[in-house]
Amino acid sequence: MPIISISQLSKTYTSGFTALRDIDLAIEAGEIFALLGPNGAGKSTLINIVCGIVTPSSGTVLVDGHDIAGDYRAARRAIGLVPQELTTDAFETVLNTVSFSRGLFGLRPDPGHIERILRALSLWDKRDSRLMTLSGGMKRRVLIAKALSHEPRVLFLDEPTAGVDVELRQDMWRLVRELRQQGVTVILTTHYIEEAEEMADRIGVIRRGEIILVEEKAALMRKLGRKQLTLNLQQPITAIPPELADYELALAADGRELVYTYDTRAERTGITGLLTGLAAAGIRFNDLHTEQSSLEDIFVGLVREEGARA
Amino acid sequence: MSTAYSMNWPAVRAIYRFEMGRFWRTAGQSILAPVISTTLYFVVFGAAIGSRVSAVDGVPYGLFIVPGLIMLSLLTQSIANASFGIYFPRFAGTIYEILSAPISPLEVVLGFVGAAASKSILIGLIILATSALFVPLRIEHPVWMIGFLLLTAVTFSLFGFVIGLWADGFEKLQLVPLLVVTPLTFLGGSFYAIGMLPPFWHAVSLLNPVVYLISGFRWAFFGKADVNIAISLGMTALFLVICLGLVTYIFRTGYRLKS
Repeated sequence: MPIISISQLSKTYTSGFTALRDIDLAIEAGEIFALLGPNGAGKSTLINIVCGIVTPSSGTVLVDGHDIAGDYRAARRAIGLVPQELTTDAFETVLNTVSFSRGLFGLRPDPGHIERILRALSLWDKRDSRLMTLSGGMKRRVLIAKALSHEPRVLFLDEPTAGVDVELRQDMWRLVRELRQQGVTVILTTHYIEEAEEMADRIGVIRRGEIILVEEKAALMRKLGRKQLTLNLQQPITAIPPELADYELALAADGRELVYTYDTRAERTGITGLLTGLAAAGIRFNDLHTEQSSLEDIFVGLVREEGARA
Repeated sequence: MSTAYSMNWPAVRAIYRFEMGRFWRTAGQSILAPVISTTLYFVVFGAAIGSRVSAVDGVPYGLFIVPGLIMLSLLTQSIANASFGIYFPRFAGTIYEILSAPISPLEVVLGFVGAAASKSILIGLIILATSALFVPLRIEHPVWMIGFLLLTAVTFSLFGFVIGLWADGFEKLQLVPLLVVTPLTFLGGSFYAIGMLPPFWHAVSLLNPVVYLISGFRWAFFGKADVNIAISLGMTALFLVICLGLVTYIFRTGYRLKS
């Protein structure tokens, strides 16, 4: 059974703006799921509905089998949320605010657990510091510590690395992997594609309130990835022979490289024809290599494609 | 804690302690301010003016104003504490944590309103103790005095909670306490018995709900009241029910809390 089951979920705000349309989504226990989408696509609305902050217009959400409306206590107890905004109680100390979060979730104080979290997030030395004295990166760590204080089974990270430095980003990725090893399901929204590429097991793409794709990351990249074949020519050329015009080749490195972009999803990649054509044109090469396009390229391609259809 | 109906007491305790923490962090200001203002009231009304005012209903004027002074602070502090307590997390965005936690509306109200009422009761008792330095205190019905203190603190903390949910800016947060509650308290007989007013203004005063609170509270002290004690109790209870109704409506509809 999925740890989160979303069915026919829609949200229209009182302003009339429809943020989500008939979302169906299942998140498996223990996976890292990245929800990608441009700004305003509905990522945060979706998270906020699952966490109880926004009321859905229609549809159902089950968290670990518990309905978020009918059995909200059990559903919410399973969830930890790290919000996008750095919202903290300026005058509170780190230790107090993290302990407060644990109390909100109905758990007895556990100083040992809180200490472990603070140490894992390099916050232990700052435990008595007031939040207003901390840097943005440290505040982000505090929000993560608060979300982990009640030992959630599902962790939502809403734009976790927005505006954080490289060190914290690396720390966060490490932490997410450790959490996964402990069986925690992690759902992150991001528009940093490399974040999803680095961490996610599966990727969902949301655009204008609709899930337009859910796929295993590796399969997605395999299926949707465009590849580039680069041929290192023995002799530089100044122009592409007219008989090879159909291949839309590009010249690079002062005519020493010929670049062919092809779609791995296509029935025929055209590579055989290209190589035959090159031989016929008397163009010889001494090396070649291929490059897989990044997830970012895939994402941009997808969003554009869907945009053109809309 | 496995069903939707069992109470999440650790959460109530967490909110309560969190809110009381703010009070203790600013304890100097929280405690000193009412002591100084009470002292000033006694200097002005008790010593300077009070010496020229005859006893009211047989109660020396300095002593007569004690219940009104306590009520004045109780109302303003209850509203201020509760409204700020819930408004600030909304303003700062930290309300997300309350909304996404396994807490029922009742538990949220218990935590916030309980803390606000506790703070104002503490301040009320501090004013009472300060008053004892100036006048020989006399409390004829101490249990009723505590009862009125509790009832008023809880009722007006609930009212403050509603204001804190309704307000969408710091200006609105101050609007009702400054423009409605303070005038009603001053005109509600804090410093005089409404029986001292001409008949027309006496009748108008009876439309002021604060009159019933102060009258009932004063009865607990001196055994004398402007209006019947049962009516005072009834009006206070009615206001409590209205505030409870408003809070319930807000949580049911998510008004100002959820989009």
